[in-house]
Amino acid sequence: MAAPTVEPTGSGTAQPQTVTMAKGLNMAMRAAMERDPKVLVMGEDVGKLGGVFRVTDGLQKDFGEHRVLDTPLAESGIIGAAVGLAMRGFRPVCEIQFDGFIFPGFDQIVSQLSKMHFRSQGRVKTPVVIRVPFGGGIGAVEHHSESPESLFAHVAGLKVVSCSNPVDAYWMLQQAIDSDDPVLFFEPKRRYWEKAELDPTAEHLPMGSSALLRRGSSATLATYGPMVKTCLDAANAATEDGNELEVVDLRSLSPLDLGPVAESVRRTGRLIVVSESPPESSVTSEVAARIQQECFYSLEAPVMRVNGFDTPYPPSKLEEGYLPDLDRVLDAVDRSLAY
Amino acid sequence: MSPEHWTRPSRSEDRGHADETAPAATSAAPTREQVIAGLRATSEGGADLVQLLTPEGQRVSHPDFDIEISGQQLREMYRDMVLIRRADREGNSLQRQGQLGIWVPLLGQEAAQIGAGRALRPQDMAFPSYREHGVAWCRGIDPTELLGIFRGTDHGSWDPNRTGMGLYTIVIGNQCVNATGYAMGQKFEGMVGNSDRDPNANEATMTFFGDGATSQGDVHEGMVWASVYDAPVVFFCQNNQWAISEPTERQTRVPLYERARGYGFPGIRVDGNDVLASLAVSKWALDEARSGNGPVLIEAFTYRMDAHTTSDDATRYRMDDDLQAWKLKDPIERLRVYLLREQIADQGFIDEVQNEAEELATRFREFCLNMPDPPPERMFSAVYADESPVVAAQRDEYLDYLSGFADAGHDTEGSVR
Repeated sequence: MAAPTVEPTGSGTAQPQTVTMAKGLNMAMRAAMERDPKVLVMGEDVGKLGGVFRVTDGLQKDFGEHRVLDTPLAESGIIGAAVGLAMRGFRPVCEIQFDGFIFPGFDQIVSQLSKMHFRSQGRVKTPVVIRVPFGGGIGAVEHHSESPESLFAHVAGLKVVSCSNPVDAYWMLQQAIDSDDPVLFFEPKRRYWEKAELDPTAEHLPMGSSALLRRGSSATLATYGPMVKTCLDAANAATEDGNELEVVDLRSLSPLDLGPVAESVRRTGRLIVVSESPPESSVTSEVAARIQQECFYSLEAPVMRVNGFDTPYPPSKLEEGYLPDLDRVLDAVDRSLAY
Repeated sequence: MSPEHWTRPSRSEDRGHADETAPAATSAAPTREQVIAGLRATSEGGADLVQLLTPEGQRVSHPDFDIEISGQQLREMYRDMVLIRRADREGNSLQRQGQLGIWVPLLGQEAAQIGAGRALRPQDMAFPSYREHGVAWCRGIDPTELLGIFRGTDHGSWDPNRTGMGLYTIVIGNQCVNATGYAMGQKFEGMVGNSDRDPNANEATMTFFGDGATSQGDVHEGMVWASVYDAPVVFFCQNNQWAISEPTERQTRVPLYERARGYGFPGIRVDGNDVLASLAVSKWALDEARSGNGPVLIEAFTYRMDAHTTSDDATRYRMDDDLQAWKLKDPIERLRVYLLREQIADQGFIDEVQNEAEELATRFREFCLNMPDPPPERMFSAVYADESPVVAAQRDEYLDYLSGFADAGHDTEGSVR
């Protein structure tokens, strides 16, 4: 895969600094907007307020109302207009306020955004990024904690990615904006305030690649987004029992980069796939199916999955039970090791 | 009355008066300043605004919407507004004290909601957004029944069929199409426009949404369907002028009630801080619907006096001046002044209602503090009408997994073994 090159930003942010994921995303948009006057940010409350999570804080002030658009309250409008703007040569970065609010725009995503390139046989490009704060764990009301990424991974013509840390947030969002394909960019909202050291001049992985985050020998955890931290915590806890877990951050959900997962499974013989989304027909199903196919002779146990449940997202008092946690991950590891 | 009467286009000369300093338009389209001036036209400026009680508590008449209201009914609506406001303020406090995950304040919108809610008849159906605590109150839903949504123990505890009140709808505008469908059903079942029996027994539907929602496709589609099927639905738009941080001019360049013209049904702008006007216009609109004359759009012109929710910080995007100006138009205060001045109520009544409000707040708080967490199996209940084998298996497996913790005296930080 050709890796898009991303030049370090020249905006005086080239010094290594400790940033939150929200800040990393903000810096990424700022860098992209400085580099390319065609990059726009659009969404509900993204301007004056800076977004309900403040991810676009300060952008309208610095780039103006014509590049950071407080849009009417209409998701189909946000995405449909972004398609038109993209056809006119702009690179819109749309914010959908919460995961559960994307569905008024689903039609435009599936019917227009994803198919324009194929329909026109490449004559029309729609380089639109749709940023979606997703996942649970924040004690919110209905429609504010969902994990709909698998619905989009199922749609041909869309790239679907999810960042798990501030450094990836910074690079991956810039790569998504630079991509000539439409990208669904899933941001784990409960990790927005996690911090990491960001060096804007450092090397970084190309778009579309997964990453091995932790070496081990007992079993492999493959995950993405908010569950990466959970899995790393589980791997640390597992050492108390003498188990060394490998952790792979999938990063790209469509296309999947399963090379590092398969390599890992050939070493460990066991795979547990973890995500917050309901399990049925999900990204985790896809990973399980393909690894089973690719690594059949290396597997010592069936591929396990740890997910939310095939229920609507519950009222928040129940979300601790719905969301995979360290214990449920380790329980699956135990079941895998017991084979 | 002809539709033209209700839906005449806004007159440019009115706009000019609204802001003399606005730059002249270079085309037929108004300038941005004129748009804002037009949208901001309030009880002072909006010639089409229906008002029966001024902010100073003066009873005024209206040629089309005057209404006979008994002293008893006025006192009841005063009580409605004071009580629901007190519960609303307690909701804010409970969130601040960590007892609720979030609260959605209705402060300032009591008159719009109580007027509309008291216009509904028992057989009518209401489709709310998520700020309609006053409407819920009128449908006989105790404020404590709202708490589960905001504490995170349920997604809505009342029975829509029994109460005639749909569950709160959080995705903006969704309910407007649902309301139209429900109203179509009322019509298909012959519950509309029957002149051979008590006309008050006919049914209607009312749906509630905000100025922001009017940008959503679902609201447009709801109105298109309602007009095509002549559905007995009243679209009650509370224009509180803010969609989180975005003022109304981010959603429209004409006053919202004028949009009804495009759908071919009446649109009326009512003073949303005047409970008498809200009641009168809502009653008229519901009667139009139930008698078979089709849909009506009501724009209740009001102001969101608090933040969007307790998670929002409104000081980041709006000026205090507006808020101060709207404080003078408070819906409860104007009715209190009127009741006392006209001797429809005495100070004893006002005090009695205040005491009742404090009692409600105490009961509301105590109920909240004592709400049990739902059991884990609730997560899996009623996902389908026919039990799903997939969900049942996940439930059994999960409960089995949980029971392992009890046996092991499990430490939540450690592993499960």
